[in-house]
Amino acid sequence: MAVQYNLKRADFIFRNENDWEKILSRTLQRDKQELINELISSELKGRGGAGFPTGLKWKLTSEAKADQKYVICNADEGEPGTFKDREILTKVPFKVLTAMGICAHITGATKGYIYLRGEYKFLRPDLEKAIKEFEYYCNEIDFDFSIEIFLGSGAYICGEETALMESMEGYRGEPRNKPPFPTNEGFMGKPTVINNVETLAHAFTIFKHGAKKFYDLGVQFSRGTKLFSVSGDTPKPGIYELELGMSLQDFVDEFGDGDTKAVQVGGASGFLVPRKRFGETSIGYKGKLTGISLPTGGSMMLFNSTRSMFNVLDNYLEFFREESCGQCTPCRVGCQQLLIGIKAVKQGQKPASYLDKLLKLTETMQLTAKCGLGQSVANSFSSIVENFREEMIY
Amino acid sequence: MSKKISITINGVVYEVDEGKTILEAAKEAGIIIPTLCYHKDLCVAGNCRVCVVEVVGQTRLAASCATPCHDNMEVLTNTLKVRNSRKQIIELLLSEHNADCTKCYKNGNCELQELAAEYKIMSQDLIDLVPHKFYSVDMYSPSIIKDDSRCIRCQRCVRTCAELQGVNALSVAYKGDKMKISTFFEKSMNEVVCTNCGQCVNHCPTGALIEKNYIEEVWEAIADPDKHLVVQTAPAVRVGLGEELGFDAGERVTGKMVAALKCLGFDSVLDTDFTADLTIMEEGTELLSRLKKALVENNKEVKLPMFTSCSPGWIKYIEHMYPDYLDNLSTCKSPQQMFGALAKTYYAKARKLDPEKIVSVSIMPCTAKKFEADRPEMHDSGFRDVDYVLTTRELAIMIKQAGIDFMRLPDKKFDRLMGESSGAAVIFGATGGVMEAALRTAYEIVTGREVPFENLNIAPVRGLEGVREASIKIENPLEAWAFLDGVELKCAVAHGLVNAKKVVEAVRNNQASYHFIEVMACPGGCLGGGGQPIPTSPEIREKRTMAIYAEDAGMPVRKSHENPEIIKIYEDYLKEPLGHKSHQLLHTKYTERNRY
Amino acid sequence: MDQTTGLITQLAEQHGRTRDKLLPILQGVVEQENYLSDETMIKIARELDLPAAEVFGTASFYSFLEYKKMGKYVIRVCKTITCAMKGKNQILLTIEDMLKIGVGETTNDKKFTLLQTNCLGWCHKAPAMLINDEVYTELTPERVREILSEYIKK
Repeated sequence: MAVQYNLKRADFIFRNENDWEKILSRTLQRDKQELINELISSELKGRGGAGFPTGLKWKLTSEAKADQKYVICNADEGEPGTFKDREILTKVPFKVLTAMGICAHITGATKGYIYLRGEYKFLRPDLEKAIKEFEYYCNEIDFDFSIEIFLGSGAYICGEETALMESMEGYRGEPRNKPPFPTNEGFMGKPTVINNVETLAHAFTIFKHGAKKFYDLGVQFSRGTKLFSVSGDTPKPGIYELELGMSLQDFVDEFGDGDTKAVQVGGASGFLVPRKRFGETSIGYKGKLTGISLPTGGSMMLFNSTRSMFNVLDNYLEFFREESCGQCTPCRVGCQQLLIGIKAVKQGQKPASYLDKLLKLTETMQLTAKCGLGQSVANSFSSIVENFREEMIY
Repeated sequence: MSKKISITINGVVYEVDEGKTILEAAKEAGIIIPTLCYHKDLCVAGNCRVCVVEVVGQTRLAASCATPCHDNMEVLTNTLKVRNSRKQIIELLLSEHNADCTKCYKNGNCELQELAAEYKIMSQDLIDLVPHKFYSVDMYSPSIIKDDSRCIRCQRCVRTCAELQGVNALSVAYKGDKMKISTFFEKSMNEVVCTNCGQCVNHCPTGALIEKNYIEEVWEAIADPDKHLVVQTAPAVRVGLGEELGFDAGERVTGKMVAALKCLGFDSVLDTDFTADLTIMEEGTELLSRLKKALVENNKEVKLPMFTSCSPGWIKYIEHMYPDYLDNLSTCKSPQQMFGALAKTYYAKARKLDPEKIVSVSIMPCTAKKFEADRPEMHDSGFRDVDYVLTTRELAIMIKQAGIDFMRLPDKKFDRLMGESSGAAVIFGATGGVMEAALRTAYEIVTGREVPFENLNIAPVRGLEGVREASIKIENPLEAWAFLDGVELKCAVAHGLVNAKKVVEAVRNNQASYHFIEVMACPGGCLGGGGQPIPTSPEIREKRTMAIYAEDAGMPVRKSHENPEIIKIYEDYLKEPLGHKSHQLLHTKYTERNRY
Repeated sequence: MDQTTGLITQLAEQHGRTRDKLLPILQGVVEQENYLSDETMIKIARELDLPAAEVFGTASFYSFLEYKKMGKYVIRVCKTITCAMKGKNQILLTIEDMLKIGVGETTNDKKFTLLQTNCLGWCHKAPAMLINDEVYTELTPERVREILSEYIKK
């Protein structure tokens, strides 16, 4: 490709972590408020998809009054097309553990958990080893913090923070009502910081190199770098650390196979961007795509012109129909209606105009569903139906 | 005492206590927000999403039942967005629901139907999901029918069975489109720890959980010229029946109830209260006999505390959960079953009726009574003692079907021989009533004096707290009861199975030294039973409670042992409490059951 | 069945008997016995003093806590979008052809059960599958035959 691209690669996450002990011990010496300010000034946002400001989260939890607090690492990576957390935990687990330790120091927690999805069970032995080493060091420097692995058992919804905590407490992974928020009432009713694996890895970078180094990368509202999980019709599937704020066109120029028809940004709960919009779309927390922050865990799936967008949407809706926890009406019934609805239009049992009824339904789901799963179905549904309507019809 | 904050609802400012939810604040302000999964008796779920409202500044709608107010919050409950969302939610529920209302038992009394009517759902654009669902109907239990095709998954039944009753026969299973309300391994209700208390039926907004009704069977029996129809009515029915027929909660309709039953065609309209008095005679004597064995003979075999045995939900509960305490149960049958046994023996004989031609029907506030009548051991008369059990709700249906203008009925009296009762009997319908009735009689038997409470109203056992305690010191007893001199008779009362559990655990852990414990499976006692009019709420139960005690206060006879028909049945037939005839007809055995 | 009771007691001793230990205990039993029978769930309920319906309701939520009898090796083929695009149907057909069972079925010798599952997190090496806890990626029909042959030999 003779095209000039503007993707900025970076290499903070997977860079070696051998100095973790030094980073941990020196950071634990620092003033807690100072550390919070550093994290806030970095403008790091949650990398799991929700994009909540990490500094604020740690600040709120540190201010909450309780006799016990927790730090949880959300390793329930389940968004279709996302596989970066697995890589982080395999290659640089100590960064995650150290960041958890620093978080514990700041917030006053003494216990940490890693909620590891059941599908990653094979990671457990090595992760346990790393934890042992980590705890040994903590003991050496008189730091009261221990970490335990909690294994998931095959439920995508447990990636939602309150569903995750329900699961850890021995219940069905059904999201809770918010408020209260985990920063006040989380695991076992205690103030809890729950962060994505990648978020913690970035936190490590910030505490190691300083907030400015992180802040200077990326663009306004979307500071720093992000790991992108690239798959689908691409000659370069894999994990790439890129600065946020890139144009999707540049991304496709780099990663497309020359025939890219559309890109799914953010997994099944994200948005499908058609070719004609690549140029006007940027990837970050306040992308040009919508006024709402992009729920991107960094999943980028490329589809070329051989792919049927109907099959793609069908696949997503099947996924949501199964993985919904089922408790709230708009999501449980809505997902079923959307799936059976597009099938009916495709088979000619319902007129094309029925798609508009379904679009309205997704709006209702977005407004009324109890958690992010039900609220996000509208993203892929509307972006696919609006941009590829002709493929939905008989 | 709590801090006040100000919120604006639909443009008007209100001062509310901090911590109240939007729904509660709106209610105080006189604004009605529709709900489905919300129920006053239960913890907040926030899953149906019907109660959504707009909060200014937030993009998404908030569930008002689950969202606490904060200072300067601005809420809008009637915008286009809100109404359209609610309408869509109802449409979604209807698409997953067997919406053939004309063929549903709850037609006319269904909360989903009410919402659909309110929002004028005139068409269904969405696709009907029911054919894809393979819903099943569980009809195996004699008390409760579970119809999954009518379930809106509000989880009220699960929360009821868990929080109110502590039985946990129902839970939520699977996820996604397969999510449903289920028993252990989807076994039928009849096979699991379900106690048949029917609280789930009381709390279900639709027709997913209903009582098994025997209306047609009873109509047929009434129509059979060969059969003599005997009916008994439980004390709690007379303070609940009115609610189904135009009266406010807490209105006593005893006379009209009797008149209606006569209109329906029952040959003898008799009163369960009669056998309630009988139960006191038998159970009171049993208690004193156990106390004697324990205190005088030092008999280690005798089991104390003694638990009452008139609540079949409680009986099934203890058979499942605490079979090691079965011997602590009184061996007395419930008043319903005592009546059934006597109707086809004592009554048949006295009225010169062929017992084979007698059909014995009972009107109960209770669904567990249907299971009780079905128990294999309830055949001591030589026939099935109670043939059909109708709930208060079923009786109301029959009255309506018969075209009776209930409100204009003149009061009638019960028939003779098993129709007279005391105030002590009618209070069986309230939690604490059995205890109070027993004390009124037992104390007098032992001391020769009335219970030392004003107007015989034993206040410590009354009220609606989950577990209540009372103790009476026996001083200067009659000579035959000298061994009780100085004994402090310790009693406890529990209602709602979750409180029964507390009491049994306390006994098991030696944290309590009670002699006598009354347990009612349903919150409020029988007046809050699974067969009573729907809806139920703490306020409604309180009104019914006041009605019961008012009925008691107005009775000419207030103590079971002074009921002339009771005196007669012992003289003519039973001879003495715990005598041979009593043991034959009025006492029973229990069965250990599984624990899933 | 005594073996199961022993296992459950051992797991309860190891993890504890509070509600938050339910999942690790359920997982421990599934690891050994491949699934949770109704009798097993009753035993767990008694051991933790939980209602049996609650144990069932919780277990049935999680896809990996099987409550139907499973073969010794549970094959879970990913069916989410990238794997679907990269040929998971051919993988399924290969397995169905080799083992003579369809999705959701178990072989007669009780050795293999074939299931589908959702995104396993190996999209860049699709299609992927799990056999019990082992992950196999970059599958082709030929590779699948090789892998399964090894298992058949075991």
